Amino acid sequence: MTCLPSNPTPKKLGLVIDLDVCVGCHACVVSCKEWNTGGYGAALSDQDPYGADVSGTFLNRIHSFEVLPEGGEVAAERGEARLIHFPKSCLHCEDAPCVTVCPTGASYKRADDGIVLVDEDMCIGCGLCAWACPYGAREMDLAAGVMKKCTLCIDRIYNETIEEVDRVPSCVRTCPTNARHFGDLADPNSAVSIMVAERGGMDLMPEQGTKPVNKYLPPRPRLPLAAAAAGREDTSGATGFFAWLDGMLDRI
Amino acid sequence: MHPALSIIVFTTASGLGYGLAAALGLGLLNPALVSTKLAHFVALALIGGGLLSSTLHLGNPQRAWRALSQWRSSWLSREGVMAIVTFVPLCISAYAAIFHSRYLLLPGLLGVAGAGVTVYCTSMIYASLKSVQAWHTPLTPLCYLLFAGAGGSLLGLLFAAAGGGDTPILALLSIAFLGAAWTAKLAWRRNMENMDPLSTPESATGLGNLGRVRLFERPHINDNYLTSEMGFRVARKHADKLAKISLIAGGIVPAVLVLGVLASGASGLGVALAALAVLSHAVGMLTERWLFFAEARHAVMNYYGG
Amino acid sequence: MAQHRVELSQPVSDEVRKTTCYMCACRCGIDVHLKDGKIRYIEGNRDHPVNRGVLCAKGSAGIMQHYAPARLDSPMLRTGPRGSGEFRKISWDEALALATEWMGEVRTRDPKKLAFFTGRDQSQSLTSFWAQQFGTPNYAAHGGFCSVNMAAAGIMTIGGAFWEFGAPDWDRTKLFVMFGVAEDHDSNPIKIGISKLKKRGARFVSVNPVRTGYSAVANNWIGVRPGTDGLLILAIVHELLKARRIDVDYLVRYSNAPWLVIDAPGTAEHGLFARDADGKPLIFETVTERAVPAHTKGARPALSGRFRMADGRPVVPSFQLLADEYLDPKHAPEAVADEIGIDVQVIRGLAAEIGRVAFDEAIEIDQPWTDVHGERHQSFVGRPVSFHAMRGISAHSNGFQTARALHMLQVLIGAIDCPGGFRYEPPYPKPLHAHPRPHGKAEHFGSNQPLAGPHLGFPLGPEDLLIDGEGRPARIDKAFSWEAPVSAHGLMHMVIANAHAGDPYPVDLLFLYMANMAWNSSMNTAGTIRMLEAKDEETGDYRIPKIIYSDAYSSEMVAYADLVLPDTTYLERHDCISLLDRPISEPDSVNDAIRWPVVEPDREVRGFQSVLLDLGARLGLSGFVDHRGKPLYADYADYIVRHERRPGIGPLAGFRGAEGDKTGRGAANPDQLRRYIENGSFFSVHIPEEALFFKHANAAYQDFAVKMGFFDKPQPVTFQLYSEELQKFRLSAEGLREPAALDIHRERILAAFTPLPLWYQPLEEGAVDDGEFPYHAITQRPMAMYHSWGSMNAWLRQIHTKNRLYVPGEICDEHGLVDDDWVWLTSHHGRIKVQIARSATANRDTIWTWNAIGKRGGAWALDKDSPEATKGFLLNHLIHELLPPKGDGMRWSNSDPVTGQAAWYDLRVRIEKAEPGEVSEPHFAAQTADKDVPAELRYGQEWAK
Ligand SMILES: Nc1nc2c(c(=O)[nH]1)N[C@H]1C(S)=C(S)[C@@H](COP(=O)(O)OP(=O)(O)OC[C@H]3O[C@@H](n4cnc5c(=O)[nH]c(N)nc54)[C@H](O)[C@@H]3O)O[C@H]1N2
Ligand SMILES: Nc1nc2c(c(=O)[nH]1)N[C@H]1C(S)=C(S)[C@@H](COP(=O)(O)OP(=O)(O)OC[C@H]3O[C@@H](n4cnc5c(=O)[nH]c(N)nc54)[C@H](O)[C@@H]3O)O[C@H]1N2
Ligand code: SF4
Ligand code: SF4
Ligand code: SF4
Ligand code: SF4
Ligand code: SF4
Ligand SMILES: [Mo]
Repeated sequence: MTCLPSNPTPKKLGLVIDLDVCVGCHACVVSCKEWNTGGYGAALSDQDPYGADVSGTFLNRIHSFEVLPEGGEVAAERGEARLIHFPKSCLHCEDAPCVTVCPTGASYKRADDGIVLVDEDMCIGCGLCAWACPYGAREMDLAAGVMKKCTLCIDRIYNETIEEVDRVPSCVRTCPTNARHFGDLADPNSAVSIMVAERGGMDLMPEQGTKPVNKYLPPRPRLPLAAAAAGREDTSGATGFFAWLDGMLDRI
Repeated sequence: MHPALSIIVFTTASGLGYGLAAALGLGLLNPALVSTKLAHFVALALIGGGLLSSTLHLGNPQRAWRALSQWRSSWLSREGVMAIVTFVPLCISAYAAIFHSRYLLLPGLLGVAGAGVTVYCTSMIYASLKSVQAWHTPLTPLCYLLFAGAGGSLLGLLFAAAGGGDTPILALLSIAFLGAAWTAKLAWRRNMENMDPLSTPESATGLGNLGRVRLFERPHINDNYLTSEMGFRVARKHADKLAKISLIAGGIVPAVLVLGVLASGASGLGVALAALAVLSHAVGMLTERWLFFAEARHAVMNYYGG
Repeated sequence: MAQHRVELSQPVSDEVRKTTCYMCACRCGIDVHLKDGKIRYIEGNRDHPVNRGVLCAKGSAGIMQHYAPARLDSPMLRTGPRGSGEFRKISWDEALALATEWMGEVRTRDPKKLAFFTGRDQSQSLTSFWAQQFGTPNYAAHGGFCSVNMAAAGIMTIGGAFWEFGAPDWDRTKLFVMFGVAEDHDSNPIKIGISKLKKRGARFVSVNPVRTGYSAVANNWIGVRPGTDGLLILAIVHELLKARRIDVDYLVRYSNAPWLVIDAPGTAEHGLFARDADGKPLIFETVTERAVPAHTKGARPALSGRFRMADGRPVVPSFQLLADEYLDPKHAPEAVADEIGIDVQVIRGLAAEIGRVAFDEAIEIDQPWTDVHGERHQSFVGRPVSFHAMRGISAHSNGFQTARALHMLQVLIGAIDCPGGFRYEPPYPKPLHAHPRPHGKAEHFGSNQPLAGPHLGFPLGPEDLLIDGEGRPARIDKAFSWEAPVSAHGLMHMVIANAHAGDPYPVDLLFLYMANMAWNSSMNTAGTIRMLEAKDEETGDYRIPKIIYSDAYSSEMVAYADLVLPDTTYLERHDCISLLDRPISEPDSVNDAIRWPVVEPDREVRGFQSVLLDLGARLGLSGFVDHRGKPLYADYADYIVRHERRPGIGPLAGFRGAEGDKTGRGAANPDQLRRYIENGSFFSVHIPEEALFFKHANAAYQDFAVKMGFFDKPQPVTFQLYSEELQKFRLSAEGLREPAALDIHRERILAAFTPLPLWYQPLEEGAVDDGEFPYHAITQRPMAMYHSWGSMNAWLRQIHTKNRLYVPGEICDEHGLVDDDWVWLTSHHGRIKVQIARSATANRDTIWTWNAIGKRGGAWALDKDSPEATKGFLLNHLIHELLPPKGDGMRWSNSDPVTGQAAWYDLRVRIEKAEPGEVSEPHFAAQTADKDVPAELRYGQEWAK
């Protein structure tokens, strides 16, 4: 099964992440951790949790980047440098190199919905899949010695013991800005596909040839404030203000 | 990439082992000599030891057998399968040489092929990773194969000299392989230095159209599995120095010593020189392999400012 | 090959218990999943009016918060010297007996010698009640170092405030301008709201020296220089006036714009409102040309002009003063842009957008309503421009007036509590005069008796100050004295310094609750530590002789307590999020909530509120014991249900009455807590449609508020653009009004108490040399940390294990600095050595870092070499509680001169490259930590499938 299933899979379940509204709050990071540490597979361990070299396994992390345009809007006294918070978890690639490199078949892509998973009972913890993933979406759990990755909360999205509205990934349910959306990207009529089409959803590192299922919505274009100054009414200074005021009062 | 000791030892040892096995498989050493019998044993030990060492970095080594199952897609799996398959002719050859002082052509050639394919598979584990651009080149398998050839001929030379056997062919082979391997390696390095990064922070974030992208803050400020595994960085100055050391120890010194062996034949001095050549080459290879990992930049570092 | 089988439908947990989150004051509803008696998962409660199902990082990390090894596990009595962290565990009986003895003695001898100050707790209604019954004048919560500027300016201007007492109309606003907010108390609602408005294509402008978090997603970022927002706001006012983009009708109806101000310089009446015999403010009626009471039916008031009253006194409508002031060219964008550090066109553009959206994109909701003057309106007219502001404005010494300016701006465009504007959250609005006056003067307290009234409130003039005949402060923090006359929340940041100095007097017992005063909530942290450790040379006793402290975790402060009362975690106790306190209402609904023990404590800990009730009973305080001296309440749960503040009004508004069918007012219901729990631990009642907007003047809302018990009679609000109360203090400063301000305070009061909001330079900026300290240094709250209490959380601490000093690229280049370099950052008070990172997204003069990440080694059950302690740092070491000495040697507190708000963000610094180091400086000796901590965590491994 390390071979990829028929490509593309009939369903392509994944996330759409909206960079226009992500404020970098890390809510999805921690929600992911708490859901998955007691859920699918081994716990997400933390080494030296109260010590100097603390580190742990996370399936979703938020980076932040500064984007420095040349000659952008002068918002302050400097060019408009932007800060963009950037969530990243497994993109459930169509051509997932992490799957094909796996020597044991532990890594696989589900034929029905395209979710990329690790069967931890088979995983030998060789780490090769993490090397193969250009996105850094796989993390070896140092306590269990097996590879962990985003499961797309497979134990939520199909879970009949929870209410239907809640059958979405933990990170999606918790995101306070609604920057994370879950759905079927193979279905052009799904909400996520429509969003991707309308907002110009993009692939990360398309040059790696992985064909990610997850899409990122770029920040929306922004209109400089200074542009609004041009259209403002000129009432030639303060003169006549009180006369105008009197006129207004008469109309009340 | 983090240069894990177990993997460096593994690739170096198995390269030497398969090289030696190939030299033996080609019948370049007299099977009647004790040194050849020892050579068979050493080849198997290097290969076996290398494989064992490679399991050391596994999170669950007790399941290592599972790694044989995915030969249809995984170079690691293929390597495992090939290693095992190759053991068959190698063992037959070794058996024939050790117990019957005989060289068997068919198992010998099968062993050569197996060794070559196994080394190729090993190299392809790295070369197939698009995420590590420096590795993702046909030069990688070429280097691995040529280095295995060089190591094998040097070891063969040592055993031949030690057994008082025929050395010139092996000496010439050594020099040829060393020359070829280091030419390939220098080309590999040039390739690495000159390549345009396939992926950049701009392509990694898709934000290139807005401007230049620079990491502001890591997701978790301490190191994590990803940064320790893929984020290893060696200073340029350092790397250049080490690259020189590896070339000198792994190529030039052994080549000069081999010339010495050529001159002194199967004498005690020749054996000593050959031994020194092997040792120097091994040190050079360990350095080369360390750099092979340490210098390679993983695409994920585009997300980590590295 | 068959595909790996995955268990898809495993039940999440055995049981879900719904309660309220506590990792910040947002107070979201949470569903706590329990499995095998352990917490399996915490998610947001979808029905909850605050968070609607979402949860932030801290909320989701509740598991690690609850099981943190830093939890205290028993009452403790100090055995080693203060700060050493050496304690002896004692029983609760012993602890309570000791506390009662210490407190009882003080109460009899001199109750003011007990100072009770609480941190960001959410039970101020109980703690203040307790302090009042105890009878000490020295009580306050954390508002003084937090955001009293925001609260005071809001209440005094519009009868409500941003903070957590109002919110933008997220569903309708078309232009949202946010000043100085990194996270705020309304964290999840703000995030939900920003997302909503961005989806609708509304414009979101963030004014902030730093562009992270919310500012990062703003459509427009205005990177002002810290402390200059007042200039920006007043320039916008100038532009709007010039462009005639003001809502005259709204001003006449709802503000004091037409009220007549007496123009008699040199008299005690100057600048006060002209009033009739009943005290009603007068307006000038232009048809009959007479002064008549405001809101006289049919009167057409003058907004401009100069008039004489029948008695000959010259008067002028306050709006004339306002227009004269702000139309002056000194407020024009071109006059102030450089000082703010932004382009003139940005100011003009923002003003034009505000005017355009407010008036050209006005919205209307077809809903007839009646105003408090009996006039019927066919619809709610909305000016869909909204604002929000927090500590970026308020943590400056000019923050009160800046916040007032922002409220004035909102009133001028008619955008308060209208569709699309800023909206009040009940029980607000509430006019200034409906708030109590402060109590604490000598005649208000005495041996073994309760305080005559509540501690905190608003003085309406200097006569309400808590000072003695000589003008000396009555309170330990000098609240409501000439130093900070309108310090409505007290000055928590001055307590330790004043107690140590014995100025105005020493205290015997400092009683603290949930405030890490030995670390991140103090200015001058090292100095504060020394003060806590200082001994009297003669007696050998500590200068602050006794400290009782309640914390739930081993914070830095714990080591400085003599007696430690360990609290439960938020999942182990009853709590009450009450309308009498810091409510969680939303603009559309009145809400309150509870917490209840969803897991049982496994340690010798008790909920602090129950402990406080117990202490109250042991001390025999009225309100806590019956006439026979028996405790009135079994515990806090019992108090929540049975306590009545006024007849029928208790801590919780829901499910009152014997049947549980009464809302707001009603008899106690013994079943109330169960009803709350069944309802998800909260109660919410929708405001009637007709009462949803213009609450300050909406008859239906006022009736609703009376019915709910917010007040006993309608309390409409008239917006106070011109503040008569502030003018009264100026008159005192001019010596024209009794009590007259002490001479040394006069200059400050004259400058800061202008009845119309004005900008003045932040005090520290004025007191230090620009050349010597050319840059600003500020902190921001990280979204994934709550002050000091995230570091003991194994998951959260991995996000912010240490902090860097973010230095703008220009400053880096000037000083040859690159990432990870060490620098000295120096203020007038001290210096710190820390590691930097370059940043391109901040105002070019502004250096910043994350707040409260630095920890003291050994605290919080962390390894003493944890990055928090070795590389993390606090800016607090650079911030002094006093301003640099003036020529006469006097040192003022580093606070807003009106409210006493701690001026954290006035800090000025210089930066120099330092030798590389190993640890941030100052570095403190580690506090002893004897906590057992695991080397590895595999939380939930037993459930692995
Ligand atoms: N440089 C700088 N300093 C600042 C600020 C700034 O912006 N910059 N901000 C200031 C502001 S606005 C504030 S509000 C203060 C906040 O400062 P503090 O009020 O000191 O806040 P915390 O650090 O949260 O400390 C509160 C204490 O409560 C304890 N605690 C947590 N949970 C419980 C519980 O359930 N029960 C009990 N009894 N205790 C508990 C914690 O362990 C901790 O010791 O910091 C101020 N300090
Ligand atoms: N996650 C999290 N949430 C919290 C807290 C926490 O510790 N963590 N603390 C809670 C508490 S006690 C409080 S008081 C609130 C405070 O909530 P906020 O007011 O949002 O908190 P601060 O971090 O003080 O944010 C101040 C913002 O103002 C900016 N600023 C500084 N100076 C100026 C200025 O002169 N002008 C302008 N326009 N902006 C300026 C800073 O860059 C920063 O972004 O948050 C509460 N919520
Ligand atoms: S993101 Fe990485 S781990 Fe996920 S499918 Fe793609 S390559 Fe594999
Ligand atoms: S670590 Fe596990 S999942 Fe990854 S390649 Fe190795 S065996 Fe496969
Ligand atoms: S989908 Fe689930 S596993 Fe994946 S990042 Fe979100 S919460 Fe984590
Ligand atoms: S929860 Fe949402 S807003 Fe917060 S970091 Fe994750 S994606 Fe961004
Ligand atoms: S915002 Fe976060 S920490 Fe605050 S109450 Fe809500 S979930 Fe808890
Ligand atoms: Mo605060």
